[in-house]
Amino acid sequence: MKLIAAMSGGVDSAVAAARAVEAGHEVTGVHLALSSNPQKYRSGARGCCTIEDSHDARRAADLIGIPFYIWDMAEEFHDGVVEDFLAEYAAGRTPNPCLRCNEKIKFAAVLDRARAMGFDGVVTGHYARTQIGSMGKTLHRAVDHLKDQSYVLSVLTVAQIHGAIFPLGDTTKIDIRAEAQALGLAVAQKPDSHDICFVPSGDNAGWLRDRLGSEVGPIVDQNGRAIGEHKGAYTYTIGQRKGLGLTVPSTDGSPRFVLKIEPVTNTVVVGAREDLAISVMRGERAVWCGPAVTEEIQRGFVQVRAHGGALACTYFFKDGLLVAQLDAPLLGLATGQAMAIYDGDRVVGSATICETA
Amino acid sequence: MSSVYLDHAATTPISRAAWEAMNTQMQVLGNPSSLHADGRSTRKALEDARERIAAKIGALPSEIIFTASGTEANNTALKGFYWSGRKSGRNVILISAIEHRAISDPTHWLKEHEGAEVIELPVSVDGVVDLVVLKKMVDSRGDEIAIISLMHSNNETGVIQPISEVVKIAGNIPVHCDAVQSFCKVPFSFSELGLTALTISAHKIGGPLGVGALVLRRTLEIPPLLHGGGQERDIRSGTLNAPAIVGFATAADYEKYPATKILSLRDYFIRKVIELIPDASINGEKSERLPGIVNVTFPGTQSEVLLLLMDGANVSCSTGSACSAGVPEASHVLLAMGHTVKTALSSLRFSLGATTTRVEIDYVLSVLPSVIERGRAASSI
Repeated sequence: MKLIAAMSGGVDSAVAAARAVEAGHEVTGVHLALSSNPQKYRSGARGCCTIEDSHDARRAADLIGIPFYIWDMAEEFHDGVVEDFLAEYAAGRTPNPCLRCNEKIKFAAVLDRARAMGFDGVVTGHYARTQIGSMGKTLHRAVDHLKDQSYVLSVLTVAQIHGAIFPLGDTTKIDIRAEAQALGLAVAQKPDSHDICFVPSGDNAGWLRDRLGSEVGPIVDQNGRAIGEHKGAYTYTIGQRKGLGLTVPSTDGSPRFVLKIEPVTNTVVVGAREDLAISVMRGERAVWCGPAVTEEIQRGFVQVRAHGGALACTYFFKDGLLVAQLDAPLLGLATGQAMAIYDGDRVVGSATICETA
Repeated sequence: MSSVYLDHAATTPISRAAWEAMNTQMQVLGNPSSLHADGRSTRKALEDARERIAAKIGALPSEIIFTASGTEANNTALKGFYWSGRKSGRNVILISAIEHRAISDPTHWLKEHEGAEVIELPVSVDGVVDLVVLKKMVDSRGDEIAIISLMHSNNETGVIQPISEVVKIAGNIPVHCDAVQSFCKVPFSFSELGLTALTISAHKIGGPLGVGALVLRRTLEIPPLLHGGGQERDIRSGTLNAPAIVGFATAADYEKYPATKILSLRDYFIRKVIELIPDASINGEKSERLPGIVNVTFPGTQSEVLLLLMDGANVSCSTGSACSAGVPEASHVLLAMGHTVKTALSSLRFSLGATTTRVEIDYVLSVLPSVIERGRAASSI
């Protein structure tokens, strides 16, 4: 096949490209310039779009022996990922920008452009697997469950999965580093990237404050009684306990946790630990990675964080909402996060959480 | 067809004669500044080379100052003339809107760090610098201008600039000319043009990379950028790169640039491109241009996509310049000629050279329709 390998400059995407070449594909490396004003150097484990990273990607492509180009996706990234991230926080929700990037950039803008140019698909260094069986091409967890990234890919449609090649899903990260070393790739020991690539400082709260303002507002208990003041509602996270600066103690002296963020009234609601517990979640904007979920109740698992565990549940889809009923309650779940449904290790689909109970 | 190289304006193959001359010189021992027999032998080769280049460009041998690149020569001229001029109250640098970054960047650096005032002359839609504005500037602010620096021909469009008229209008104001693209391609003479300074580079004419020259009128003194042994008139220091300089002179001296052949290939290419892609347009088409450069706008495409597809078909061409991150930027030259960012980013430069053949041009024409078709599909997403 003729493939585009998306190369971030990290070890995973470099080995993924090398493996695609080894498998006999005709591979072209592409580094996505996602910032119109990139930093020169990488700082620590953050970011994936510095000039240094694009240089690393180019060196890897040269060593692998494939052509290499830089594609300017800064505008698409800004509109589709950064703006969405800000809008979600402004609405009191907690978004996952990596999901949006896969949904709108890597497997949309890049894949569509690649296909128009005569390529068959896009190779990435995600830790996930695809299989071809009775349900067609399906998306599965990586064998390295600690590195598994199927959650951030759960927004891909069947058509997108068809154009996606994940050569790393059958290998552990340690082995990928060893393979990179054996290939002579300088990125073999480059640190993993964490956090949000477009917040180079790593200070998400500060970054949000700079863009959304830091209007102070009340912190209230569940009865609406003001018991403190916050410095910008969206810098708080559901389940957060520390740094609330409450001046009025709770009646029984037990600690209090952020239960809810209400952007319209700029209010943060706190309460007891047990009030964080939820057992039902509903999600909108559902995407199916294989056959669509129906009204029929199914048993499976739901995952709500990139590296969270799989929670046993029953699930169904009705009236435009994906509903998951947990076997055991979960503490602290923010709206805006994705709920990814699994059938064993197969990704069934996902939706954006809009309601919990 | 193995591959077709149509990026000769970026760099062109080293000529056999230059390669052989360099090869011989590289085996000769001696620092040209040494006083013994070995030094004298290298010095002789170097001064022979200087004379040959001087003769080729219509300058005196003592007017040739060797540098490590065209960029260095441009920096030496701009900074030198600015710093000299500033002493007598001249702090304006006059350039055009279509200069190469090796001119515009040092100029803007002088503005930001050294207090220079920069005036950029506009160009016509055909890419020719506006002499009316130049005259107005010279008439109204002539005694403030430290240096006028205008290119002999544009590297992106090939449009030749009216340097002779510029020098006449400038009067007593020093005029520097970046002639990197024109040298050995179109005839001109440093002395006949009446220039104060001029820049040339070896690797654009079949010489080696890493050597250029500033041609500077004999009696003029400007402060150096590189201080040291003072090898080149105390204006440029550093042990002279004798093998590269000998290669440079050989390329300039021996190689006969086949301008007529290249011109006819270029015109054939243009005619066929318009036949195949009727809405394509040639930038600077109405102006006098270098024989080897064709700049085409293909509406509804993105140059980064076209370049990838051309490269995939084994054709090397250019999108103009890229930013530090490697993303193609809208060409400031095309923008100055009235393009929008979108149309500027839909353009490719094909540059032909001495080695270009009709078979190669026909091959490029054979892949062009499918490249443009796929490019348009990819750009409409």
